[in-house]
This record gives sequence, structure tokens and C-alpha cells, in this order.
Amino acid sequence: MLRASLREVSAALKEGRVSATELCQRCLSLIKSTGFLNAYITVAEGTALKQAEESEKRYRRGQPLGVLDGIPFAVKDNFNTAGIETTCASNMLKGYISPYNATVVQKLLDQGAVLLGKTNLDEFAMGSGSTDGIFGPVRNPWSYSRQYKEKAPPKSSSENEESDWVITGGSSGGSAAAVSSFTCFAALGSDTGGSTRNPAAHCGVVGLKPTYGLISRHGLIPLVNSMDVPGILTRCVDDAAVVLGSLAGHDPKDSTTIQDTFKPFELPNLIDVRKLCIGIPKEYHAPGLSSEILALWSKAADLFKDAGAKVIEVSLPHTRYSIVCYHVLCTAEVASNMARFDGLEYGHRADMNKSTESMYAATRREGFNDVVRGRILSGNYFLLKQNYENYFIKAQKVRRLIADDFVKVFGSGVDILLTPTTLSDAVPYVEFIKEDNRTRSAQDDILTQAANMAGLPAISIPTALSKRGLPVGLQFIGRSFQEKQLLTVAKWFEKQVKFPMIQLEEVKRHDCSVFQHQKSVSFL
Amino acid sequence: METSVFSGSKQVLNRRCVEAAVMTGLALNCSINKKSLFDRKHYFYADLPAGYQITQQRVPIAVNGSLSYSLCIDNKMSQMVTKTVRIKQIQLEQDSGKSLHDDARSQTLVDLNRAGVGLMEVVMEPDMCCGEEAAAAVRELQLILQTLGSSQAVMAEGQLRVDANVSVHHPGEPYGVRTEVKNINSVRFLAKAVDYEIQRQIEELENGGTILNETRAFDSKLGCTIPMRDKEGKQDYRFMPEPNLPPLILYDAKSLPVNMNHQQVVNIDWIRERLPDLPSVKRAKLVELYGILPEHSFTLLNEDGLAEYFENVVKQTQMKPKKVIGWILNDLLSYLKQHALPVKDSPVSSFLLADLLNLLERREISSSAAKQVLGELWKGEGKTPLEIVKEKKLELIQDQKELEQVCQEVIDRQEDEVMAIKAGNQKVLNRLIGLVQRATRGRSNPVLVKQILEKKLSK
Repeated sequence: MLRASLREVSAALKEGRVSATELCQRCLSLIKSTGFLNAYITVAEGTALKQAEESEKRYRRGQPLGVLDGIPFAVKDNFNTAGIETTCASNMLKGYISPYNATVVQKLLDQGAVLLGKTNLDEFAMGSGSTDGIFGPVRNPWSYSRQYKEKAPPKSSSENEESDWVITGGSSGGSAAAVSSFTCFAALGSDTGGSTRNPAAHCGVVGLKPTYGLISRHGLIPLVNSMDVPGILTRCVDDAAVVLGSLAGHDPKDSTTIQDTFKPFELPNLIDVRKLCIGIPKEYHAPGLSSEILALWSKAADLFKDAGAKVIEVSLPHTRYSIVCYHVLCTAEVASNMARFDGLEYGHRADMNKSTESMYAATRREGFNDVVRGRILSGNYFLLKQNYENYFIKAQKVRRLIADDFVKVFGSGVDILLTPTTLSDAVPYVEFIKEDNRTRSAQDDILTQAANMAGLPAISIPTALSKRGLPVGLQFIGRSFQEKQLLTVAKWFEKQVKFPMIQLEEVKRHDCSVFQHQKSVSFL
Repeated sequence: METSVFSGSKQVLNRRCVEAAVMTGLALNCSINKKSLFDRKHYFYADLPAGYQITQQRVPIAVNGSLSYSLCIDNKMSQMVTKTVRIKQIQLEQDSGKSLHDDARSQTLVDLNRAGVGLMEVVMEPDMCCGEEAAAAVRELQLILQTLGSSQAVMAEGQLRVDANVSVHHPGEPYGVRTEVKNINSVRFLAKAVDYEIQRQIEELENGGTILNETRAFDSKLGCTIPMRDKEGKQDYRFMPEPNLPPLILYDAKSLPVNMNHQQVVNIDWIRERLPDLPSVKRAKLVELYGILPEHSFTLLNEDGLAEYFENVVKQTQMKPKKVIGWILNDLLSYLKQHALPVKDSPVSSFLLADLLNLLERREISSSAAKQVLGELWKGEGKTPLEIVKEKKLELIQDQKELEQVCQEVIDRQEDEVMAIKAGNQKVLNRLIGLVQRATRGRSNPVLVKQILEKKLSK
């Protein structure tokens, strides 16, 4: 049951084959037994069971609120949740309990969905590994999969377990791991430079970054206000469409959401790609791209060609500047957004009474990790009067160029761009931490970052397993607010590649289900 | 703009703030920028919960306006002069919280209730040259804001906060270094603070010193400005565009798209059409309608509710407005000032005053009697003017014979004066009139008395 898709389990709830309470209990129990993944920071057992009970009552009355009624979901710990701790994996907010729900959380709860808990992340969403939060790193569930273990070089068993586990990617690693390990049917992440798509690719799940302005950011603790979006993580594209349908739309509390009414959609089952034009941006053949992924990318392009779509090479010439540009704009916004954490009104306050300034300084030193502090310092530097023109304004101009690259390409008849999501499959944690956060982020964001610059929708689809038995995802980037087209193409692709289900012992033990919904015939 | 103390909440623009700013901009003859932008101004302070203030540094909502105000040349309200101060810009921004310094316990208490509330900052060019001008300009601005409904603009309540930037220079030379004076809680203190600071700077420079570009606080008890300790050095505010507030787009009749939802936009022309009469227009209308002097209309508008009171009296009496105004400005207003009462708390209503003036107009009482009655009315004992007149026996003697008799008695008594008058000294006649008034206890019509006396004495 837990390995079913969101829509399948929703049907089961409706037909009474499983109760909402039972479903919730099973998820909570699986969370406990997969605790070693460290995917969750807070598990809201009490409230989740209450919500499940309410849902069950509604189902018994024959009045469910919708497809999401009774569906367990998880939320990245940088979204405010009323009555439940929101920490951003930082000492600064440890113990902070928000008085309100983020709009996206509220919308899901209003649909009857069941909030299981808050997932782990890099501190304040800064990072690409989900390794730099105060609660420790998240472990990729695939580290414990049969597929990975089979391919691992022979070692002594103690070494195997502890030193070979791979990262989830980040910063929404907790959410990706939660979905990947079947503890929930959907999870919310955030995506500023790829933070939803990156871990989705590494954990073998679907990661959707919607168009900027489609989904409200009210209640999402901001990293870069002009690039952040709430991200959706699910096990298949149809599920992502369902969640998107309940989240998208104007929010008066967020002035950056568009006014147009959003019409939720269902994706067709029969999809014809012959009228499509797929663009392959040559700049995404980035240095460091593994040959494996390059080959997969090429095979994917062929898949479309063979199905009758037009596949052409395109150019996004300013791609190589996007990381540097992102660094300037991101750190500037971080410096600004983090200014509110001074220990006075909420959150951590240092035990320092000499003066307000010294209290601020101590609070912020104790409350933030090196990564956050580094970005604040850089950002403040770029915003100084003497530097503003050369850095911030310049970066804004470059950003415009990057966005215009996409406009030109989409304007020339290309419908969707196809690119890799990551440079390689997930690396072992011990390898990952050899480089610092900044270096890693710069490397890992390269394929995902530009979509945030341009505000475009993008989705990572699990495509195949690597030589090491780990997931590899490919990315589709679409036109602004054309999520329906984007998801339709993604769904077609998903159907073609038939990505294998993760074989996890823990889940097998939990799940004597009727639902075996994936065969193990893989794409490779 | 909404209060934002919590992490994750995004600022939202308050429509009423925008409308108030547009109205004020139009009233001050500004160009309204159809597109204006919001920025973050960063600094750390206990009363600034976000660590930055949202303001409009790059492109404010209105620019390049002017404010005309009137000033008396001398101390009597007889010669008014119109001056103009240029308005540099009007910008929307957020308020910070309020800091209350508890020096006794070495702590600062921070009240965040007003943090995030929308503010409108009006920046004037340095076109004023003394405290009086500054005070008059601000007073006029207050009246305009109150008329528009943008703000009650009461300085003591912090609804209107004024910071004065003062500098001195020799004529023909460039402007000197300026200081910013804060903590001014009334229009009167504004004049004092500005004049003090001008004097201080002149003295400092004449003694060979220099003026620091600093912020000073006005101490109303001591009547002087003192340097504020908190602001040290030049701050780099690291201005950055506010990412959560898209550019503010305003429309006018020409640019308004056809299918745009009326509720979603602010239409400058729509607001312009509905602007109420500004004080300067109201004053001109009063002068034209009632034939009063410009100085009179100035005072009428300067006191809250006085113009309305005046008009109500005029409506209810046959007395000419030109005469009514004297009673309003000389008698009523001085009573109110003596007792520090606003017009709305006047124990003498416009109805009562009109009633009294009607008695005067109908020559049932003399003007000195009327003043007496007013004094009684002021006690607020609920009596009508007529009742008081009857009670105090203040009616003018209507009986000609009775008057003649009193006049005769006075003539008989004042032999010396009579002789003087007959000898040609007409001024002495006034003495006799005065004596008749006294004898009749103010109940004789002086015009009539004069006639009778002259008639008698000419025999």
C-alpha cells in the first residue's frame, strides 16, 4: 500500500480498502523504522493521527474533501507550520513555533491531507547535499537499496553500511528521501537554484519546480525572494499534477503571485509527441558531466525523435554566467533576508547583556552556521554603495540576458528543453564533504540554476539507474505558466522509461500490499 | 503595508496608503509617477524587526510639487503674504517600532505595535528661512492632510512627525552643512527649534567653529537642540530593490485598460476628480461668499471647526457676515483661547450666538449689552440670550420719552460739559453719551441718545 502512488491510494481510501487512520499509522511506523535516514526533523504524530481520524469520518460519511483527503504528506522545515516547530535546520530557529501555516501547507490541510512532519534540509536551504543542517545529514534511501548494494564493490560489511551511504542532494533532501522511502505520498520542498530537482534526481523521485509566481511563497522562509518557489516531490508525474492543482493560484498575502485564475488539470493518458519540438541546449553539456548521464541524455533525445517529435540543438549562450550571477544575487538577498534574525523577537537569543550590538553579534554567530554567515558577509559586500553598481546591478543585467536566452529559444518554436538534472549520480557522503558547501553548490547547481533565474517551470524525472545502481534523473524545462504542457511531456517520458521501484528491506517488511505497480524492466 | 514580525511572511501593499499618497501628491501639485518602486533600507536597530525598512529610494510615488502657505508680515493679522516651498518628493515607506529608553534600568523597551504600518514621507526643499516660515508651511500641510483625510496629522500624537534640516550660509554662497533636528512635537516647537538651531549655527561659525552633519534632538524644556548619541558615523544602508513588492503601477483615464477590474487599480484621474476643496480654495470661497477679509478666512480655517461654526451662525442670523466675523474672531475665539477649548467644546453653540446677534441686529440690545450677555452665556447655564437679557434687564430702552428724560437729567447735572459743548467742543458730547449709558446701565441706543442730546443742546 505504501508503495502505491498518491492517486492509487486515494482511490483505495475512497473505496474503503484502507482507512485514513491505518494509512497514517503505517507511514508513522515506517518513519520510525527508517529513522537512520534522518529525513525528518519533527514527526507530528499526535496531530497527524487526529487529522487522519477526521478524514476517516469524512470518508465514512461519503464526503471526502477531494483526492488529497487523508493523504499523508511531509513538508520541508523551512515552511511555517502552526503549532509545529519550524527550525530551518538552524540554531537560530531551534524551538521556534510559528503561529501560522504557510499558504501551501494550509491549502493541503484544507484538502484534508495529513501532515506527518517536517523534513530535514541544509541550514536555511543553503546547500546542495542536505548535509549542512544542525540535525545532521540526510541519507539517501537508495544507499540501502538492493540495487545499490548489489553493485557496490565488495568490502567488509561494517564498512559498507556506514561509509558508503550516499547523499540525497539538496537542499530538500529530507523531503526527497521521505517520498523515496515511501513514508509519505507527496512532500513539499523549495527550489531556489535546484533544491527540489537535485535531490529528486538523486533519490529517484519526481521533482517539480513551478513557474515563479504560480504558487504562494507566504510562509516559506525566504532564501532568495526573487527566485524561491515551493517545490513538489512525488513518486510520479500524475501525482505532481494533483498536488499542483491544489496549490497553484493567487494569494493576496504574496504580491508576487499572478492574478490569473489557475485551472487545475488532469494529464491525458494518451500522449502524442509528434507535434512537439524538443530543444537540447548545448551549453548543458557542462564540464564534469559524467559520460553515463551524457549517454542517457542522448538516448532520451532519441526516444523523442523515434516517436516523431522534432529534436533540435539550441543555444543558451549565457548559461555559463548563471552561477556567478546567482552567487551575487543570492548572497545579497540572503544578507537582507537574514537581517531579521537578531534574537529580539523570536528564535535564539545569546546570553549577552552588554549592549544591543553585542547581543546581535553573539546571537548571529551562535545561531548561524558558517555557510549562512559566509553568504551574509558576501551579500553585504555586494550591496555596499561603492559595489552595488558593479555587482548587484551587473548581476541583474546578466540575469536578464539569461532569461532572454530562454525567451528567444522558446520563441523560435521550441516547446520544451531537455537537459540532465545533475552532473553525476549521488556521491558518497565521505566524498561530498571533502569540498566545502560553496564549491559543491557551485558545481551542483549548474544545470538547474538558470531556470530559477528565468522563473521558468522545470521538472526532474527519474530516468534510469547508474552503473552504481543509483538513480539518475533528466530535466525538462518549459515555458512560463505552461505547466500542463511540461507535465504532459514529462508523463510521456516517464511512461517510456519505466524507472524501477526502489527495493528497500524496511518497506518490504511493512508492506504486504496488493500493489506491485512497477516491473523491474528498466530503461538501460 | 502589513506588520511583519515573523519569518516567512511577505509584505503586502495597502491600497489606502497608495490612495492617500496620490491624493496628497495631487493636492501638493506633484507629478504622480505612474510607476514607482520599493527598496529595502538596511540597518540594525531594536525597533526595526526585519533589519530593514521598506521605502522608495529609487523612484518615489510623487515628485516636484509645491506648497503655498500664508504668513503675517507683522504681529497683527493685517498683512498676509503668500510664500511657496517646493516639494521634492512624496514616498511611501514602513514605520518602525517605538523605542522607549529606560535609562534607570539601562534597558530599552521596544513597542512593535506600529512596526510595518504605512507612512508617507513628504520631503520639502530648503526654501524656508526661519522658524515662522517652517511652522506656517507645516501648519498648511496639516490642514491639507486633514482636509484630504490622509491623516489627522496631530503632531503630539505622532501622526505627523517633522524633522527639520537646518543650515546657514552667507548670501550668494552655497548652502552650508546641515543638521537634522528631531523630536519636535508641535508646530510651535518647530518654530522654536529651527530658530534656535539657526542661531546656534551662526554663533558657532562666527566663533570659528564648524557645523557637523549630525542629528540633533530638540529639548522642548530647555528650548535648545542637543546632539543625539545614537547615530555614529555614516551608515551604508545597502539599498536593494524589495523583491516581494512588484513595481507600483498607477493608471489614469488614458492608460486604464478597458477590461481591468476597477477594484484592482488606483486611477489617478478618478482620485483627482474626487479631491475635496483644499484649504486655499476654501479660504477664497469664504472671502467671496461672505465678503470677509483674507486674514479672517485664514483664522477661520486655522481653528478646527471654526469655519463651520461661522457659517452656521451666518445661516441663522440676519446680521451681515462682515459683522458676524468680528464676533467670531474677537469675542468667541478669545474666550475659547482663554479656556483652551476647541470649537467643538464651546459652551456657546452657533445657534445661541446667532440668537444673541439677532437681538443685537433688531436693536433690542446694545452691543455692550450683547457682550455682557455673551459673558453670561459662556457660563453654559442653559439660559437663552433673551432670558439673560430679561433677567439682567439689559433691553434697550425703546420708550423715547424715558430716554429723553434720562438725557435731560444728565444734561441738568453736567453743567460744565453742557457749557463746553455749547461753546463748540463736540467731543465732550461722547462723555454725556457715556453718562447716559451708565445711567441706563447700557440700555440706551447710543445713536439715539446722541440724536436726543444734540437736539436738546441745540435749543
